[in-house]
Parts: sequence; structure tokens; C-alpha cells
Amino acid sequence: DDTAPLNYFLHAAGPAAAPTLTLGWIFTAICTAVCVIVAVLLIAGIVRRRPELPARGLIHTSGMRWIVIGVGVSTLVLAAMLAHALVTLERVATPPATPALTITVTAYDWWWKVAYDDSPDPARRFVTANEIHIPTGEPVRIVLRSADVIHAFWVPRLAGKTQTIPGQTNEQWVQADAPGVYRGQCTQFCGAQHAHMAFEVVAQDRAAFSAWLDRQARPVASDTSSLAGHKLFVDKCAGCHAIRGTDANGMQAPDLTHLNSRRLIAAGALKNTPQNQLDWIAHAQSIKPESLMPSIALTSDEAEKLSAYLATLN
Amino acid sequence: MNRRNPNMRVPEHGRAPFAGETQQRLQRLWETEPGWRGWLSTVDHKSIGLRYLVTAFVFLLMGGVEALIMRVQLARPDATVLTPAQYSQLFTMHGVTMIFLYALPVLSGFSNYIWPLVLGARDMAFPRLNALSYWLFLFAGVFLYASFPFGQAPNAGWFNYVPLAGLEYNSGPNIDIYALGMVLLGISTTVGSANFVVTLLRMRAPGMSIDRVPVLVWGTLTASGGNLLAVPAVSLAFLLLWFDRQFGTHFFDVLNGGRPLLWQHLFWMFAHPWVYAIVLPAMGIVSDALPVFCRRPLVGYTPVALSTVATMVIGFIVWIHHMFATGIPALALAFFGSASMVIAIPSAVATFAWLATLWTGRPVFKTPFYFFAGFILLFVIGGVSGVMTAAVPLDWQLNETYFVVAHLHYVLLGINVFPVIGGVYYWFPKFTGRMMSERLGKLGFWTMFIGFNLGFFPMHIAGLLGMPRRIYTYAPDMGWNTVNLLTSIGSFVFALGVLVFIVDVAWSYRRGPLAGANPWDAPTLEWSVASPPPPYNFATLPFVASRHPLWEDRLDTPSGAARSQLDEGYILDHGREALATTPLEARPDAILRMPSDSFAPFVLGVFAACLFGAMALHAWTGCALSIVGCAASLIAWLWPERALHQREPEGVKVHGGAHG
Amino acid sequence: MAEPLGAYDPSRALPVGSVGRRPGGYWGMWTLIGTEAALFGYLIFSYLYLYSQSGTHWPPEGLPKIAPAAWNTVVLLSSSGFVWLCERFVVRGRPKHAACAMLVAIVLGIVFVGVQLKEWRDHPYGPSTHLYGSLYFTITGFHMAHVIVGLVVLTLLLVWTALAYFDEARHAPLTIGGMYWHFVDIVWLFIFSTLYLSPFVL
Ligand code: HEA
Ligand code: HEA
Ligand code: HEC
Ligand code: CUA
Ligand SMILES: [Cu+2]
Repeated sequence: DDTAPLNYFLHAAGPAAAPTLTLGWIFTAICTAVCVIVAVLLIAGIVRRRPELPARGLIHTSGMRWIVIGVGVSTLVLAAMLAHALVTLERVATPPATPALTITVTAYDWWWKVAYDDSPDPARRFVTANEIHIPTGEPVRIVLRSADVIHAFWVPRLAGKTQTIPGQTNEQWVQADAPGVYRGQCTQFCGAQHAHMAFEVVAQDRAAFSAWLDRQARPVASDTSSLAGHKLFVDKCAGCHAIRGTDANGMQAPDLTHLNSRRLIAAGALKNTPQNQLDWIAHAQSIKPESLMPSIALTSDEAEKLSAYLATLN
Repeated sequence: MNRRNPNMRVPEHGRAPFAGETQQRLQRLWETEPGWRGWLSTVDHKSIGLRYLVTAFVFLLMGGVEALIMRVQLARPDATVLTPAQYSQLFTMHGVTMIFLYALPVLSGFSNYIWPLVLGARDMAFPRLNALSYWLFLFAGVFLYASFPFGQAPNAGWFNYVPLAGLEYNSGPNIDIYALGMVLLGISTTVGSANFVVTLLRMRAPGMSIDRVPVLVWGTLTASGGNLLAVPAVSLAFLLLWFDRQFGTHFFDVLNGGRPLLWQHLFWMFAHPWVYAIVLPAMGIVSDALPVFCRRPLVGYTPVALSTVATMVIGFIVWIHHMFATGIPALALAFFGSASMVIAIPSAVATFAWLATLWTGRPVFKTPFYFFAGFILLFVIGGVSGVMTAAVPLDWQLNETYFVVAHLHYVLLGINVFPVIGGVYYWFPKFTGRMMSERLGKLGFWTMFIGFNLGFFPMHIAGLLGMPRRIYTYAPDMGWNTVNLLTSIGSFVFALGVLVFIVDVAWSYRRGPLAGANPWDAPTLEWSVASPPPPYNFATLPFVASRHPLWEDRLDTPSGAARSQLDEGYILDHGREALATTPLEARPDAILRMPSDSFAPFVLGVFAACLFGAMALHAWTGCALSIVGCAASLIAWLWPERALHQREPEGVKVHGGAHG
Repeated sequence: MAEPLGAYDPSRALPVGSVGRRPGGYWGMWTLIGTEAALFGYLIFSYLYLYSQSGTHWPPEGLPKIAPAAWNTVVLLSSSGFVWLCERFVVRGRPKHAACAMLVAIVLGIVFVGVQLKEWRDHPYGPSTHLYGSLYFTITGFHMAHVIVGLVVLTLLLVWTALAYFDEARHAPLTIGGMYWHFVDIVWLFIFSTLYLSPFVL
């Protein structure tokens, strides 16, 4: 759904989320019914006509039957709800088959590092940021770490959330049954830019996914280092950012090797267009106040060169 | 003088006619000195109770204004009214203020005022401790706000997860203030709770056996017991955090084996019982006062009282439902999720008891009734959303979204704010001797009720649409615009209702029509004394023979059954005296000498506040001096009175006298 | 009025003031003990939780030396015995004996503090050396703080006993203060088991 990309209550896209969706609707129905019944009893109890007060004033009929019946029925309903919840838990807690693919996601203030590091071949291991690609139709294991504070990894249409906790490795699994882009969001308050800590999961069929893997595993074409922008980048950006295959190898910020292959930048804050890239570089602190990337003042000449260089990061 | 036997005395028994000599003597004994000295030294539970209420309402307004500012920011997408830093401080202080400085203290206010009156006692068991508890609450509140004007208020959310709250990511004074303020406040809560527990055990009128106390008393008792066991967890957590921040210990320091989850465990082991502590007394208010307006006793007193206790007991084994997403194994989650659902059963007991009372009674449509009846619906809506989050897989979606924000406001406002305001309408005549306005009352109720639902119901939808909590803004294309606008509008409508209430209080305080002793024709002991009650509460201590001493003539009391006696009883007037009774059956047990007004609580409170201030400022000499000051005031406070025997008139001493 | 008063007979004499178990302070002390017990419970929980998560063996420096702490345990427990004796002496009307017993209790308490301080000094680590050190010093430090408060209380009780504030019928502060001291001692048993004994079995 375009208008509410995190809406998990209408659209579940895989077996880690679908049983919960059913559970949610059934619970909602029961809970709504409980509220309606209580509201009706309440209003009826208030407006109901009653005989005049007897001479002796107060009545003392017991009414205990209400409690017995009300609590009895509630207990049965709750027991059924609990059973359904436990069955659903069983179904979504672990994947039906052992995942073939493992991705390590590390949360940073305020972006996501995504590492495809389970390949036996070191040349096919790589790191990217804020955009996770998965193959459709199969469970994928996500290993969750944190580089600083607690965050939470949540792609509502694919699965529930799990905190990323420093000093601890958590895990969850996701599976997308259909190709598409599924938005994710950090849901544990993690400081100033918790609001802008989104990411995307792009589900592709196996072939497209493999092609993507191949492209991402490649470092940049080396000939771009002759560009004037490259030198600028190494001066101003490489302390934080890495571009594989160049001497830019900063570690505490998103890897930019294939920057232009991504749909969004700055953890979902902006669409990835050349103009937005420049806006971001010049005004990071007003787009994402307190983010760990400084606003970098560039002359228009520098901006042009840098932009030309960034345009090569495909 | 015979030293082998305690002083025994047959207490005078009789009547004390209005304005008669006895009453005048009691008045002189119990009166608080006028002027600032009396103001600082009073130990009268009624003054202390009112102070608690007024202070808590001031905090409600402060927390409310903070919320309204947040709602302005969130009304539209991409708003820039607030910076992220300001927003973090606002929602943190909003939560802290509401949960710690409003929700429990306001109930302590009611209980302080009402308890001795409904129990037929002259005061609480420890009047000076009571005063101390108030002063510490006030000072802790001021302390928690001390850094707010400098833009350095606590900013990591009310549950303050580490490492975000650790030194590395939060190096200002913000978190130190929160940590120390919470420890100070914890002392206040603890001494207050101890006082309630002992008051219940010892200070009931003769004959008021444990199965005759009002449900409010059960609620506060349960909450106090819960607090005694739960508060140490959070005090410890905050101390450990402070040690980490100040002295380089490693409890939460990941690099050296510390564990962020230790914080979450300690915090929620406290905070879940706590959320019940801040509603059980309020549910007690409804269980006692709703029946008055239904003109019949509560249906199912015993099950309701037991369900109160059961809620708290189960409440101690559900803390992990706040940690479902932390990677704890599914089997453990299944257990804690199940316990969280089971807790709905005692709530069902109370819900159906109220409904039955309503159905089998004959409602009288006064303002308090509106608030209590409205409460029932809000309680159920808030409760069932809790049940939804208790389902582990569902909570993996709902957790940390606005759905939880909706849940917590439905339960907190529904079960705390609505009964509290209803309770103010109900007891205002007792507090002040004047009635509040029915017209403004109903207007205020409908404004609040509509505003509340308009404001907070859409939060459920926002949560289901994926809106996370604690975001200072959101993009326009997330589908959250409408729900947020509605919420903001509703919040302001609700605030308007609160404003109507405040206006009503201010107006009625001076101009309200005079209320008699028992304007609602209510059945419990507080309505047997004048409005407002005299400083000594009861000239003759009542004897209680049923749960509804003032309704005995009208209920189907079996003929020949004992009747309560309200105008004749013990007159203890050899000084400030009160009667101690046995814990279960409430048989007279001893004559207690109650302390007179004293500066010790205030002085001790000031020294304690200085101690925490000095700790925050790292003024270690100041700390040492404050500790000495605390110790000195405590010793002065506790110094035993050797002179007791001599003060006793010789004639009344009697030998022996077993107690039974 | 001839109404039946059911539970009580208004002509019965009642004790005045704080006597035996009747004073509020006695019950108040139980609430204090309850909440303090919870506090130490949470401390021990923290220790066990962090230990279970640590994956290493504690203490990192090797198994603790039991002997000094064990003797110190005996010292503390016997101190409790003397506090109890003091109260018994007061009840029997022997105030001098009582004061002596209390004095012995205080001395034993001070010995405990001294031994504990020496233990602290002898450890090669401090509260900020490693996680175990943080826990060790915090737990024993909390307890030490309670012992010191307890010693102040005992000293006051000694003064009051010596000044003959108490007699056979009226000695509630002794009962109440004594309860606190017994509590501090019992808590030590749990701490001792956790910090000194559990490393041998866990
Ligand atoms: C004010 C007090 C209060 C009360 C009374 C409750 C009551 C309940 N709460 Fe709530 N809760 C909070 C305050 C409270 N809560 C707060 C402040 C938070 C958020 C903290 C934060 O993160 O900031 C929270 C969060 C919270 C969570 C964590 C959500 C998350 O963060 O992911 C959970 C999960 O299980 C939960 C569950 C429950 C349950 C099961 C109840 C039950 O007790 C409710 C029982 C009542 C009923 C169910 C209604 C009456 C019953 C019937 C009419 C019978 C019929 C009913 C059925 C058949 C369903 N609560
Ligand atoms: C008892 C508890 C309580 C109460 C009463 C309230 C009341 C309100 N709350 Fe609060 N809320 C919490 C407890 C409470 N809240 C908690 C615990 C949190 C979680 C915090 C966290 O995440 O750490 C929270 C979080 C929270 C959020 C989520 C923030 C976020 O996650 O980003 C929001 C957002 O809308 C909100 C809004 C409101 C509103 C609009 C009110 C309204 O009801 C307020 C109504 C206004 C008033 C009562 C004031 C009336 C003022 C006047 C009449 C003006 C007159 C002024 C003078 C006379 C000076 N609250
Ligand atoms: C001090 C460290 C630092 C420097 C220097 C720095 N960056 Fe960044 N950059 C970051 C961080 C941290 C982020 C992630 C910010 C966020 O999303 O909150 C980031 C994000 C980005 C992004 C968005 C990446 C994505 O996929 O979301 C781009 C593009 C970028 N930086 C480009 C640059 C360029 C070009 C320069 C130099 C002109 C530069 N950065 C200098 C730290 C830095
Ligand atoms: Cu990361 Cu919130
Ligand atoms: Cu809870």
C-alpha cells in the first residue's frame, strides 16, 4: 500500500507475518465484541426503567450471578485466545525450513549496515546500507547486532520486530512471497534521529536477486579515481565512508560503493536523486538534525565535481 | 511506681456532644498552629492529603501542557515546532511527570485524606512519616524538574533504556537528574507505603474487621504492598546506572561484560507492578463510590477485594511482556504472555461487579456517577488492548507503536484520571464543606469523555498503520496524517474539559453551596463527621458492625445483629491519642500516643533533598554534611520519651489486663 | 446504651503507649525489612543474571578465600545473639548486664566492619576494574552501609539502655532496633552464600 507503507494490518507478505495478521484480526474482533457488549450493558443498565424505590429504601439483591457468568464466559474466551496466540507463536517463531541465506544487519545511530557475509568465498562478501535485498519465496535469516545503543529491526509486512542490543546477537527470519519493496523502520527509541531510521527490504525473484548480488559484490571500476571528485571525496568523506576498490575506507558511515543502486538515502529520509544527494551533503544537519554526518560546505564547483563522482557509484 | 506492668487505662467511653467540652478539648489538642510554623510542621493527614492532591494536579497540568506541545508538533507531518532534542525531553518529562509525579501521588492524596476517616481513626499510624513522605515527593518533583529550564531534562524516555542513558551516549546532567530524582522519590513512596500498610493493620475502628474495610482500602493496601516489594528494583537500577556514570562501574557497560538487558529486567520488574499500583486504588474509588450512586452496596465485595490482591500478585510475574522483542526464547515468552492474559480474569471480576451493581441498583445521575460509569467503558477498551499486546506474536508487531501509546493512555487516563476526577467531585464536599457545580461537572465530563476518545482512539489506528512511538515527526506519505490530526484535536478538547474542571474547583471552593455532613447519603464512616472534618476526625471513636455503617437502618440487616455505634464510643483525650486495634478482627488493643506537630519531617526532607542535590553536583563535602544532618534529624525524631509514665495521671493505672 | 458491642468490652483496660509488639514501629520495621529484603533480592538477582550471561568463571581472580569471610560471618551472627541477650536482660530487670551485652554486640559489629575493610583492601581489583568487581563492591558495600546504620542504631540503643530509658514493660525500641540488626545479619548469610559459596558450585 503506497499510502501507508508500514501498514501490516491489511497486508502481510509472507509466512512470518501472515499468521499474526489473522491472529490480530481475530483478537480485534473479539476485543471489539467485548467492548460493544460492555457498552451495551452499561448503557442499558443506565437507561433501563426501574420500579420506584421501595419504602425501605435500599435493595440488597445479590447480583452475584453476573460475576459468575461474566467471569466464566470471559475465562473461556481468554483461554481460546491464549491457545490461538500460542499456536501462532509456534508458527512464526521459527522458519519452516532452515534458511539458505543469512544477512547480518547492524544498527547504527541512525542508519543500518547490511552485511552479506555468509558466503564461503570472501570475494562475494560485501557490505551495503539501508537497503536489504532478499530472494522471494524462501526464509532468510537476519542476524541482528548493534554498534551503539538499542534499536529495533522491523519490517512490519514481513515479520514482527526484534531489538538489536549491543553486546548481544539476536536473530529473526523474514520471508516475502511476492516481489516488492517492503519498508522497515527502527522502533526502539535510539536518540535524536530515531524518527528517521528507516530502511527497505527489496524482494526479488531468485534470478534478479543473484544478479544484484553479483553487482554488489563487485568493487567500483577503478578508473573513476582520476576524477577530480574522487580527490574531494577522499579529503572530505573518506574518514567516514568507504568505497570498495578505492582508498576511501571509513568504517562508521554507510558504504557508498553502489550508492546509486539504492532507492533512498539517509535511512529513508530522502529519495535517492543527484540533487537530494547534494542537498544531503550540504544540509545533513538540517535534514536530520544531530545526525552523525556533518553538513559539509561545498563551493558550487566542488559540488559539481563531487556530484559527478558520486554519479559513477552505480 | 510499679515498673513491672505497663501503664494500663480504661479508656473513657461515652458521648461527646457537638461543641461540648470534650470536643473543645480535642480541638485544642489536635489543632495545628496557624501561620507558617503550623504549615511546615503539621502532621494532620487531611492537610497532607490535600497537599498531595493539589501538588499532583499541578504536575498533571505540567505534564498535560508538555503533551499538548507535542501534539502541536505531531498534528501535521514534517513539522518543525520542536527540535528532536526538545521533543525527547518533552515526551520523557511527560511520561515521568504523569506516571511518577501525578498518577501515584494523586491516589496517595485521596488515601491519606480518606483512610483515617473511613477507618474511623484519628490519624495515620505514622503521622510524621506521612509528612516526610509528602515533603520528599515535593522535593523529588522539584529535583526532577531542576534541569528542565536549562534544556537538560531527562531525555531517554521514561523507561530510560541503557546504553542510550549511559554516559557514552548521554553525557549531560539529564540522566543523572533522572536517576537521583527517582531514588529520592522512591524513598517517599516507600515510607508512604509502609505507613498505609501499618495503618491498615493497626488503626481501624473497633469492629472493622478486615472484611469490612472499603475497597479503596484494599486497593491502596495492595498497591502499597506491591510498592514495598517493587520500588527497590527501580531504585537499585537507577543507582547502578548512576554508579556506572559516576564511578566507572560496569553493570551496563557492554565492553566489559555489562548487560543492557539487566536494566530492562530491573526496570520492568518494578514498572509492571507499578502500573497496577497506580490503578488499583482508583478502581477502589469506583468500587466504593459507584454503589453510592446506584443506591445499593457493591455486588461481590469479597471477589472484588480478592481480585484486587490477585491482580497485584500476578502483576509480579508479567514484567517480561514489555520485553517480548528482546530476543528471549519463545518458550519463556509463552509463559509470560499467558500470565499477562490470565491477569484479565481478576479485571473481569471487577468489571462485572460494577455492571451488576449498576443493573441491580437505581442510578442517581450526579456528576461523579458520570465519571465512574464512563470509566468502566474506558477500562475495558484499555484492558482489551492490553490483552492484544499480551499475545506474543501480535506484540511483535504492536510493540513500540502508537498502539501501545493508545493502550497506556486508555488505562492510565481511563482508570486513573477519570476515577480521580470523579473522586474529587465525590469527596470535594468533605474536603471543603461545599458542593461542586453539577452543570459544570457534566459539561466537563462530556468534554473530557469526547475529547479523550477522539484523541486517543485514533492512536490505535496509527499504531496499526505502523507509526512508531517517540518520533518527533513523520513524512507526509506514511498514511498517518489524518489520525494524528484527529489525535491533536481530541487532545485539546480533552484539555478544555480539564480546564472546565479546574474552573469548577476554583469557583466551588469559595462559592459552592454548603454541603452537609453526608450530601450523597453515602454509607461509609467519613460521611458521619462534619464537612470538613474536625482536626481530630472523630470525637468518639466509632464502633463498626458492618460494611455500611450509615446504611444499616435501610439494608436488610438481620434483626438482632450488632449495629454500628457512631455517637458513643471511646473518648481518648489525655493528649493526642488514638486507638490501636488488632490486625484482623480489629479488637481494641492499645492506646497510642500520637506525635504532635513536628518540624523533624520537614528538616529531614530538606537534608535528604540537599544530599541528592549535592550528589548531582558532585559536592562530596555537601553530601557528608547532609548525611550528618539527616542522621541528626532522625535521631531527634526517634528519641524515646522517658517521661511517658509520669505524664499519665496516677489514678487510671490498672494492673495486669491480658489482651486478646 | 445497651446495644451489643460484639467484639469489645469498653470497661476493659488497655495498655497506653508503645508496649511489646503493639507499637506501630514494630509493624513498621516489618515493612522496612520487607522492602530491604527485596532490595537485596534484586542485588543478588543482578549478580546471578550477569554471571549467567558472562560465560566466564567468577571471580575472575580464582575461587574466593572462604576462611576470613566465614569467621566474619560467625562474628556477625554472634553479635546478633548479644543484641538478643541485651533485650532479655532488660526484660529480667538487669539493666547493667543489658548494657554490657549491647556493648559486646557493637564491638563484634565493629570487628566485622574491620575484617570486611581488610578484605576489600586485599582484593587486587576495585569496583571499576571489571564487572565482577563492580558487583562485589556494590553488594558488599550496600551491606556494609546497612551494618554501619545498624551500628549507629545499636549505639543509640546502648545509650538509651544505659540511661535507663527501658524497663521490663517498655522496651519497644530494643525489640525494633534488634529486629533490624538481625535482618542485617540474615541478609549477610545470603550475600555470603552468593559471593563466597556459589562460585564453588556454579
Ligand atoms: C495503568 C495501568 C495499566 C493497566 C491496568 C494495564 C493493564 C494491562 N496491560 Fe498494560 N501497560 C501500561 C499500563 C497498564 N496496563 C503501560 C503504561 C504500558 C506501556 C509502558 C511503556 O512502554 O511506556 C503498558 C504496556 C503493556 C504491554 C507491553 C506492550 C509493548 O510495549 O509491546 C503489555 C503486553 O502484554 C500490556 C498488557 C496489559 C494487560 C494484559 C493488562 C490487563 O491488566 C488488562 C485486563 C483488563 C481487561 C482485559 C478488561 C476487563 C476484562 C473483561 C471485560 C473480561 C473480558 C475480556 C476478554 C475476553 C478479552 N501492557
Ligand atoms: C497518567 C498518565 C498520562 C496522562 C494523563 C497523559 C496525558 C496525555 N498524553 Fe501521554 N504519556 C504517558 C502518560 C500519560 N499521558 C506516558 C507514560 C507516555 C510514554 C512516555 C515515553 O514514551 O517515555 C506518554 C506518551 C505520550 C505520547 C507519545 C509520545 C511519543 O511516543 O512520541 C503522546 C503523544 O501524543 C501523549 C499525549 C498525551 C496527551 C495529549 C495527554 C492529554 O491527556 C493531556 C491533557 C492536558 C492536560 C491534562 C492539561 C490541561 C491543561 C490546561 C487545561 C491548560 C491550563 C493550564 C494551566 C492552568 C497552567 N502522551
Ligand atoms: C563525520 C563522518 C562523515 C563524514 C565526514 C561524511 N559523512 Fe556521509 N554519512 C555519515 C553518516 C553517519 C551517515 C548516515 C547518516 C544517517 O543516515 O543518519 C552518512 C550518510 C551519507 C549518505 C547517505 C548514504 C545512504 O545510503 O543513506 C551519503 C550519500 C553521504 N553520507 C555522502 C557523504 C559525502 C559525499 C561526504 C563528503 C563530502 C560525507 N558523506 C562525509 C557520516 C559522514
Ligand atoms: Cu534506531 Cu530508533
Ligand atoms: Cu506491563
